[in-house]
Amino acid sequence: MMDRMPTDQAQANAVFVAHGLTKIYRMGEVEVHALRGIDLTLNRGELVVLLGPSGSGKSTLLNILGGLDAPSGGEVRYLDHALTDASEAELTRFRREHVGFVFQFYNLIPSLTARENVAAVTEIAESPMRPEDALALVGLGNRLDHFPAQLSGGEQQRVAIARAVAKNPAVLLCDEPTGALDSATGVVVLEVLEKVNRELGTLTVLITHNAGIADMADRVIRLSDGRIADIHANAVKKAAHELSW
Amino acid sequence: MRALDRKLFRDLWHLRGQVLAIAAVIMGGVATMVMSLSTYDSLTTTRDRFYSEYRFAEVFASLKRAPEPVAERLAALPGVERVESRVMAGVKLEVEGFSDPITGQLLSLPDVGEAQLNRLHLKRGRSVQPWSSDEVVLSDTFADAHGFQPGDRLAAIINGKRKQLTVVGVAVSPEYVYQIAPGSMFPDFKRYGVLWMGRNALAAAYDMEGAFNQVSLILARGAHEQDVIDRVDAVLGTYGGTGAYGRKNQFSNRFLSEELKQLQTMATVFPAIFLGVAAFLLNVVLSRLIALQRDQIAILKAFGYPYLAIGAHYVKLVLLMAVLGVAGGVALGAWFGQGLSNVYMETTFRFPYLDYRLNAGVILVALGISAFAAVSGTLFSVARAVRLPPAEGMRPEMPVAYRATLVERIGLQRWFSAPTRMILRHIERRPLKSLLTVLGIACACGLMMVGNYQKGAIDFMVDVQFKQSAREDLALAFIEPTSGRALYELAALPGIYFVEGFRDVPAILRFGHYEHRAALFGIQPEGQLHRSLDRTLQPVALPPGGVVLTDHLANKILHVKPGDMLTVEVLEGRRPVLQVPVLGITKQYLGVSAYMQQESLNALMREGSTMSGAYLAVEPGTEAELYARLHERPRVLGMVANKAAIQSFYATIGEFILFYNLVATLLAGAIGFGVVYNSARIALSERGRELASLRVLGFTRGEIAYILLGELALLTLAAIPVGFLVGIGLVGILIVAFQNELYRLPLLLTPENYAMGAAVVIVSALLSALLLWLRLGRLDLVAVLKTRE
Repeated sequence: MMDRMPTDQAQANAVFVAHGLTKIYRMGEVEVHALRGIDLTLNRGELVVLLGPSGSGKSTLLNILGGLDAPSGGEVRYLDHALTDASEAELTRFRREHVGFVFQFYNLIPSLTARENVAAVTEIAESPMRPEDALALVGLGNRLDHFPAQLSGGEQQRVAIARAVAKNPAVLLCDEPTGALDSATGVVVLEVLEKVNRELGTLTVLITHNAGIADMADRVIRLSDGRIADIHANAVKKAAHELSW
Repeated sequence: MRALDRKLFRDLWHLRGQVLAIAAVIMGGVATMVMSLSTYDSLTTTRDRFYSEYRFAEVFASLKRAPEPVAERLAALPGVERVESRVMAGVKLEVEGFSDPITGQLLSLPDVGEAQLNRLHLKRGRSVQPWSSDEVVLSDTFADAHGFQPGDRLAAIINGKRKQLTVVGVAVSPEYVYQIAPGSMFPDFKRYGVLWMGRNALAAAYDMEGAFNQVSLILARGAHEQDVIDRVDAVLGTYGGTGAYGRKNQFSNRFLSEELKQLQTMATVFPAIFLGVAAFLLNVVLSRLIALQRDQIAILKAFGYPYLAIGAHYVKLVLLMAVLGVAGGVALGAWFGQGLSNVYMETTFRFPYLDYRLNAGVILVALGISAFAAVSGTLFSVARAVRLPPAEGMRPEMPVAYRATLVERIGLQRWFSAPTRMILRHIERRPLKSLLTVLGIACACGLMMVGNYQKGAIDFMVDVQFKQSAREDLALAFIEPTSGRALYELAALPGIYFVEGFRDVPAILRFGHYEHRAALFGIQPEGQLHRSLDRTLQPVALPPGGVVLTDHLANKILHVKPGDMLTVEVLEGRRPVLQVPVLGITKQYLGVSAYMQQESLNALMREGSTMSGAYLAVEPGTEAELYARLHERPRVLGMVANKAAIQSFYATIGEFILFYNLVATLLAGAIGFGVVYNSARIALSERGRELASLRVLGFTRGEIAYILLGELALLTLAAIPVGFLVGIGLVGILIVAFQNELYRLPLLLTPENYAMGAAVVIVSALLSALLLWLRLGRLDLVAVLKTRE
């Protein structure tokens, strides 16, 4: 399959452009080819689902896009910056200014309240939204001063989303955000992601091995064995509340 | 190897940094204990062997002069096994090329046969030949200080007559294991020597032919010492006896006993602190380890491992750390012990040999105490691990519950950034753990202060003694009590610009059943040179008609207070027994003294203005000439120059101070680093995921280091003032434990002591911070996305 968008328009809208990305892990004497040549463009405002079984390379790809890992070969650009050549300090600044992360296990700071978890990030961001607004966006305007231990799993994940979007990032990277949640709670979290994507226009990349979630994406990228097996655009996006698994 | 044991060694290897830090702390405790106990054992064994092999006497008596048959009367007394009479003479010595005054003690050796008691151990040369007239054996301290070899010559002024002596041997004696000139505060090997010569030759020179003035004896089996002393006193009373005394009042032996008592104190107080801290560290590390391994423990239990096996597994882990620490501690302690014993041998005590002894018992006690501390410290955590139901163990732990801290609840939260709040809440969530960490670090600070305390304390004691109280440059003793007119002659000598006479009378002071052998010192009521000091170290005028006692003598030895009547049994002249009121108590750090106005003492003794000696102020630069002039005067028995005494004291004590400083620094460093590094490592392993998450969210390494190290810094800073208090407390314990007749340490900590205490903590913290900073660079950012706690 090919990206059918005209080149100049693609250039104008592209947030990430990757060419020939490879990643080889050396585990003792065994080489693991996690990525075997990925070409990919991700655009402004898109909601993209990366789908694939365990070991297909989707997390590796997400980590490289998020500046957490460096590819073994190929190149990846964020807007007009080459991530491939960036130093550790530049990657830290990139994550700080442009990337919002949502983790499978929320990774909230247990010693900070919901508001403060968000504030921890907005305090170091350039033009963030108010923590209260970010929490209102995820429907937790009434849980501002609760500590993680006082919140349910779904609520904790929504705080994590608020924390990720509060700095107004260009991209929101979510690694199995519903992986630790039951389906009803998972749907609520997906609704929040959908809302953020729609209202803030943030490029949202969502990793899952749950094919049911793919129906809410603009585009679905299927990975298998370190290669892109298939990219398809959903003609009709389903709303998150219509999903079930 | 069983799988569980393999896990044991893997865990040890995995935790190696912490294991080493904990072992270092245990090592510190064990090393101090082994050092003190082995030195104690060695010196005790050596002393006992030396005393018995060389027949150290049990009762001693000095007298003016008695004909030899009196010794036979003493030998016939019930309870006396063996008697040896001797001639003993205080002498002035002349060593070529050394102008300072030297005093000596000359003792007779029998011309026929070997000495029965207080035998000499010859280190070099031979003993004196029978009937030889000029041969002497020197004490090894004096010989070594001046480099005397057999064949060398020196001169002695015996009874006002100069006599040339030939050195034939160098020896040590059980009577002079600790050598100090009568009336002086510290040993001075250059300016005081003990010499032995043939009885006949000494008696001829000292007008003691057919007579003796000193006697030593050994008790028959089952004899009661005090009874024998009373009988000896009854016999010698008419011969000018100054009162017989047992070993416990024999000066060398008394000092040795005091020093050994202190070693014992050191062997209990310090290891207790170290092992306490080690137990705390083990507890903290083990609780954390078990928290991290709760799923593994659950799986082991699910497999069917019995509780006991799992419990035993963790107990073994702790014991291995303890054994590591004990092994290191025994090795280090034995090394320190040998070092300390040698320092004692070189500077303080003269034994012919050293039986260095590291008893298996000491090692077992060290092992037992360490194992007990370690196991008791971890038992709670282990019990909790064993009780955990498998299913619960395999579930992830709930997020830890936090709450806003006190400072935030009272409205200060807007001043704190999110990272600062994390620090404060983390500290406040586990107040006990934070407190224990602070206490652990504080112990390091306190120990460092104790280790460095002695130098300042000694400076202070010397300053008080020689700049405030005994300010004379030279103390002169006359051969016998002399008319006060002698002072005018002295004052007329060139170089002397001030003279103050004193009278000292040997006496036994009694109050109730307490007694003390000492001299009554008659000094000038408002003396310029020799003064007594009040509680605030200001000179006080002595009141007439009674006695003023130094604090230790009044409070701890005689238990008297001003207004009480003291019984004074004078041991000189007609030996009156007098009732003298106690008029006051004065402060003195070195030695103990009983002071009176000289005139009052003369009146008590029913004598005219009489002096035993004089304190002199000497013009700088005239010393050598003055010493030579005084040396020529037949009535001058001996001189003690304070400045020289202080210098030689510092030379001897310097080695001790250096040794203790080294030991204290090593051990305080071990504790400081052990506590700080372990706290930091635990904090990192507890919060690694949290910190890595923040790194992923775009926090820099510096920003997450602030969260981790900020907590460490806060606890370290809090620990410093607490450490100062611990230091003051430990010094207080030291002072109480070490107070004795010879000296009392002052509660005085110098700014340097505080600085050293703080420095050891700060350096440990910086080192730990550096290691942590390196670790923060290796945080696995990718792993946190995937793994739950």
